[in-house]
Amino acid sequence: MTTVTSKPEASQNFSTEKDKWLRAYRQMVRIRLFEEQVNELYTRALMPGLAHLYSGEEAVAVGICEALRIDDYITSTHRGHGHCLAKGASPDRMFAELLGKETGYCRGKGGSMHIADPATGNLGANAIVGGSVGIATGAALAAKRLGNGRVAICFFGEGALGQGSLYEVMNLSQLWKLPVIYVCENNLYNEYTHFSETTAGTILGRAGAFGLEAVSVDGQDVHAVNEVASRLVKRAREGAGPAFLQADTYRYSGHHVGDINREYYRSKQEEQHWKTERDPIMLHDSWLVAQGYANTAALEHIRAEAREEMEKAVQFAIDAPYPSPDQVQQDVYA
Amino acid sequence: MPEREITFAQAVREALAEEMRRDSRVCIFGEDVAEAGTPFKVLSGLVEEFGSERVIDTPISEAGFTGVGVGAAMTGLRPVVDIMFGDFITLTMDQMVNQAAKAHYMSGGHWKVPMVMRTTLGATRRSAAQHSQSLHAWFSHIPGLKVVLPSTPYDAKGLLKTAIRDENPVVFFEDKMMYKLKGPVPEDDYTIPLGLADVKREGDDITLVATSSMVQVALGAANLLEKEGISAEVVDPRTTWPLDEKTIIESVKKTSRAIVLDEGYGRYGVTSEIAAVIAEGAFYDLDAPVKRMGAMHVPIPFSPALEDLTVPTEETVFEAAREMCGKS
Repeated sequence: MTTVTSKPEASQNFSTEKDKWLRAYRQMVRIRLFEEQVNELYTRALMPGLAHLYSGEEAVAVGICEALRIDDYITSTHRGHGHCLAKGASPDRMFAELLGKETGYCRGKGGSMHIADPATGNLGANAIVGGSVGIATGAALAAKRLGNGRVAICFFGEGALGQGSLYEVMNLSQLWKLPVIYVCENNLYNEYTHFSETTAGTILGRAGAFGLEAVSVDGQDVHAVNEVASRLVKRAREGAGPAFLQADTYRYSGHHVGDINREYYRSKQEEQHWKTERDPIMLHDSWLVAQGYANTAALEHIRAEAREEMEKAVQFAIDAPYPSPDQVQQDVYA
Repeated sequence: MPEREITFAQAVREALAEEMRRDSRVCIFGEDVAEAGTPFKVLSGLVEEFGSERVIDTPISEAGFTGVGVGAAMTGLRPVVDIMFGDFITLTMDQMVNQAAKAHYMSGGHWKVPMVMRTTLGATRRSAAQHSQSLHAWFSHIPGLKVVLPSTPYDAKGLLKTAIRDENPVVFFEDKMMYKLKGPVPEDDYTIPLGLADVKREGDDITLVATSSMVQVALGAANLLEKEGISAEVVDPRTTWPLDEKTIIESVKKTSRAIVLDEGYGRYGVTSEIAAVIAEGAFYDLDAPVKRMGAMHVPIPFSPALEDLTVPTEETVFEAAREMCGKS
């Protein structure tokens, strides 16, 4: 078990490195702006259901998905918009899904908590906490059996550490040396309860007990996340078996958009600290400028482009038709 | 040439072996499925033919390996997940009900889960309350799942092959008291569609709708009834979902009386559902209220003196049918 921290890049190839990290910046900004639109849609009562925002955790999804191939698998969670976007989903069809429209990824049948997209290897977001640990492990089993070289990433929050099935599949995947990486996004809160009140022992110790390669990383540092993810993905692809990555991060919003008065479980000072001192986009922004990869104007241009993309995507979703009533009984069985 | 007869267990094994030869994506996993061939020896010999890459022993982790089955089915394999006793399906409920059953619909039809869960049902094996239940009604309740209940070696082979080729999650319940039952089974490849009932015996006076372990009980009762001059028809739905409502209703319209037999609990159970189907489809043809017979509403007791009281028998079905036909 080791802790990985960010190191300065030894950029052997300036333009390749520059493109890579600018893309990571763009992806994080897109997720942040996507969620801002979700917040807006929800508070304007245009979006039905529940909205669990990923803001604050962007470096985890982006750092990991930038280490993946398009045909690698992910499973996601109720707080999954960031994973979907980072894996390559298109925001217009995502927004359409969030609004329950026919053109959404799931034809409006899944909604915010169930976006799935075979084209980007997204096996689906899951609204049962820990519900996808078996699916991700099964995808890894199939990848190994079929010899297609794919890796499965299982995203879940630290709340899922309370679910027994996680320990069952870690045992299985280690016995069978499956190419799966369990990514525990520790945003500190199981809904409205600090994780220290629900989690005995250590997080890494759980995975270590099964012999998994168990690593923690600063989840606000996209470089550190990407570096460790690249290593774990490589070893999984080479047949060295599963790994467990604890990414320490923070959820800027409440458990869902409606969770506004949060002082009974966490302070405004704490939130402020993470937002001003530990923001993953801000940290990466400064790094890009310091490396000479971009100036502030170039980064503002990326943000403006992403803002325009999200506004257009929202409009696409608002204009999209609802599914016709005959859809309700379709796709129950294949 | 006389028709070949094999046991129910051999028929299940033959179906698996044939499908594994036909399709390299088919694999089996569960507890003690490989060298042990399961406690009932249903899978004996499969690991020798197909290897431990395809017949895979798992830890005792029903939720875990069922979930692995769901994910593997979504991504290119066709797993047959073995749950040793039907009572243990309780441990797999999230994976079956919230994951397997919903992945296709929830993804707008993008993902499919072509997976089979094989498990058991049935009491009277002196195995007590946690190894004797018949819980197939639970899965029959859930949209997105299919539920198969073979009652003969012939049906077991044909239905299991269909289940493996189906694109949906299918739960296949085998009566563990029936594994040694012999019957004619063709050696060649054949399949039986899901959702097609089979009239196991034709009759005119009363319809016995019976599933799985209760089919042999119904046939035995029908023989006793025949001696009393009562002609009983035995209809085996073979699958509780999809359910062949048409065949059941047509039979009851002909006979005008019906008893529904199933080894699960009747309360909110398979017998209740089929009785409702009959009431909706053949009410004006009925000469008597539909009767349900299933497991007594108690946890299955251990003592033989008690356990045998909890399930319908040839005699209790015979008495109930005779009374319904006004001959008691």
